[in-house]
Amino acid sequence: MAMDQVSSAHDDHAHDHKPGFFTRWFLSTNHKDIGTLYLVFALCAGIVGYTLSGIIRWELAQPGIGPLTGLMEFFGYQGDQAIEHAKHFYNVVITYHGLIMIFFMVMPALIGGFGNWFVPLMIGAPDMAFPRMNNISFWLTVAAFVMACISMLIPGTGQFLGFGGGWVLYPPLSSATGHPGPSMDLLILSLHTAGIASILGAINFIVTILNMRAPGMTLHKMPLFAWSVLVTAVLLLLALPVLAGALTMLLTDRNFGSQFFDPSGGGDPIMFQHLFWFFGHPEVYIMILPAFGIISHIVSTFSKKPVFGYLGMAYAMVSIGAIGFIVWAHHMYTVGMPSDMKAYFVAATMVIAVPTGIKIFSWIATMWGGSIDFEVPMVWAIGFIFLFTVGGVTGVVLANAGIDHVLHDTYYVVAHFHYVLSLGAVFGLFAGWYYWFEKMFGVKYNKTIGYAHFWTMFLGSNLLFFPQHFLGLNGMPRRYIDYADGFATWHFWSSMGYAVTLVATLIFFVGLVEAAIRRRKGVGNPWGEGATTLEWTLPSPPPFHQFNELPEVKPESHH
Amino acid sequence: MRFLATLLSFLTMSAAAHAAEPEAGALDFQPAATRIMERLIDFHVYLLVIITIVSLFVLALIVWVCVRYNKRANPVPHKFSHNTLVEVVWTVVPVLILVAIAGPSFSNLFYQENEPDLEQIAQTNGDDPNLFPEAAREGWVTVKAQGNQWNWTYSFPDQLDDGGYPVEFVSNPLQRGLSSDELDTARGPRNLAVDYPLVLPANRYVRYQTAASDVIHSWTVPAFGVKTDAVPGRLNEGWFLVEEEGTYYGQCSELCGKDHAFMPIEVRVVSPEVYQDWIETLKAGDFEAAFDALPAQQQTASTDEPTDATTRLAQAQ
Repeated sequence: MAMDQVSSAHDDHAHDHKPGFFTRWFLSTNHKDIGTLYLVFALCAGIVGYTLSGIIRWELAQPGIGPLTGLMEFFGYQGDQAIEHAKHFYNVVITYHGLIMIFFMVMPALIGGFGNWFVPLMIGAPDMAFPRMNNISFWLTVAAFVMACISMLIPGTGQFLGFGGGWVLYPPLSSATGHPGPSMDLLILSLHTAGIASILGAINFIVTILNMRAPGMTLHKMPLFAWSVLVTAVLLLLALPVLAGALTMLLTDRNFGSQFFDPSGGGDPIMFQHLFWFFGHPEVYIMILPAFGIISHIVSTFSKKPVFGYLGMAYAMVSIGAIGFIVWAHHMYTVGMPSDMKAYFVAATMVIAVPTGIKIFSWIATMWGGSIDFEVPMVWAIGFIFLFTVGGVTGVVLANAGIDHVLHDTYYVVAHFHYVLSLGAVFGLFAGWYYWFEKMFGVKYNKTIGYAHFWTMFLGSNLLFFPQHFLGLNGMPRRYIDYADGFATWHFWSSMGYAVTLVATLIFFVGLVEAAIRRRKGVGNPWGEGATTLEWTLPSPPPFHQFNELPEVKPESHH
Repeated sequence: MRFLATLLSFLTMSAAAHAAEPEAGALDFQPAATRIMERLIDFHVYLLVIITIVSLFVLALIVWVCVRYNKRANPVPHKFSHNTLVEVVWTVVPVLILVAIAGPSFSNLFYQENEPDLEQIAQTNGDDPNLFPEAAREGWVTVKAQGNQWNWTYSFPDQLDDGGYPVEFVSNPLQRGLSSDELDTARGPRNLAVDYPLVLPANRYVRYQTAASDVIHSWTVPAFGVKTDAVPGRLNEGWFLVEEEGTYYGQCSELCGKDHAFMPIEVRVVSPEVYQDWIETLKAGDFEAAFDALPAQQQTASTDEPTDATTRLAQAQ
């Protein structure tokens, strides 16, 4: 996938007119500015989501209901009343931790942030296909986040505030039976809004990638990150309308007397679960595929070798996306399905291990024979490859319906999906952050701080999530504010792991502030010969408008 | 390394240990109390060996490339990007591994999912560890667990009292995280013990059904290897056969609102004779006497107010 033979025309960007502050940042139609806005937004939402996970680990560090009762007493509730509020609040916290991290942190950062920034740069396009639609995608996401936050603070059920039914929103707990208050209605509106924003963004990416590639850049010469965003966008376009349909049915069940999910009217709560997971399973690939793309670039850049098996890598992502649509019921093995149906979902689910294995081995093969430079993004990428493997193999365990009957809804599942998302997608995110930081902001970060961030995060997140496998095997159920005393040991260590990641997060912000203060001037291509994609042909930061003259990818350029 | 530790703990696991509740610092499953769970534990050991080898293999490859192909060891990078043979190998070998997993996986799945045909099993000679002909000759014990916010109602559809109603009672948690909680550990572990446990006979085929009155709950006992959602508007079904008498605990496993963490499941597995006395006393309407008569070390000695269902039961007499 070498782009080194690209003849990119640099024009002198002396006439680089940037609009004034308000126009530039609030009415932006520039893909790079919108990408930056998404990253800043994801950072803010990430702080909220990460704080919520801190509340979870603080509460679970010891048996009993302690810290949250204290919090509720601070808000003026007394005695058992404080405890009752604490119990509901805990459910609210786990619900919004999941929703915020998925919809307002990982997706905006990987797709909105890095996607907006680097898809046009990598394919040699001046901007996204629909710049103004890009703007509304972003601001709808912000509006959705604000509504989600407000919905935590308005009545959910009885005297309790917020929706506490888990991010999966299963009725009847999410219908008028479980949460009659307006909180759930506002949350539905929030998710609808976030969904519209994502669908518009997805359309924008698909149109941009299919129509605006530089002359000579066929799909089979397109960088893998652009491939990953293309597959992700198609998944979004196909999956989100199904979620929107389920949410709309839930909304009319709640407010207009329909009974789609109400058995007393002939409806079925399980139908919602099928619709939800038909969206929900592709959603997990939506979160991880862009990280796959980023990792491919980093591994190739720092091994100074082209990506091994480029076509296999691209079509592995395509097949992961395609298979992702036919495995959804493995989230529902315990709902009461016929055994033949379970057997089908077992088989289909395990098939995903094959393209995922191809990706893991191809990354290692890319490094094989290379001349590896252990720059900060590369250590994050290597960490990603191993930790994603660990998360992946526990997925193979869970795919087996028989074993899942024991492990379903336990901490084993929590450990599994945090290994692939928190140690997978988030490690990919940080890898991308350190890979493109200098390119985006035009300043260098302090490498020592970057390494310190990696090692504390690696240590902390493994200490945080690895013991959760043990808890799950021993029977610790998910979404519990208090637990049997036998679980206390590993919960304690898991919370200690969180404390270590807190240090890591502080180091991350120290690095951010340090880079902002020192302002060491960045260079166009800090990574040398291995960095072959088009964004490295531009200065750092890139001009406000790039590729006024389209770069040309020569036909003899092979991957 | 931690994988290895888990692995070792599995391989050295004592089969004799019989405490079906969470244990401090435990790394693995609760001991199996049913053939279903025994098979699952065996299958999981098999899986754990595979996934440990795969993870260590990937780790070894990563370490190798980092040592051999860092820029000092290999200053000039190669430029290859294809090798058809290895690509075929790393596609085919995972497929073979998955096929090797699928075999035992399906066999376990169908064993636990498909209701055994007792008449057929009764004809067998007992050589097959998966079949229990003596129990099969006794027929089914059927119990229904209905999830409510936040307790379980147990009923025995085949056991009718004088009024013709199935025997039914409510099983409430002893603790709800409140300051008013009773913390008498003699009655069972905190957050796991209930006032009136479900009583079942050992060595009998038990058919359990789950249903729900409000939102979705999930009935599970980890030591039995069963977990089935209790869904409003549905009657789900499963089976198990507990071989050893004892007290087994589970906890609601589908988020069901505020007190989700406080609707435990306690199953007292007793000898068929004790079970028979218990169910007969229940049928006669003497609720307290039935639970008081349970063997001493498993005494509940409940002093709680009778719950709704027990009052209803008393009034029905």
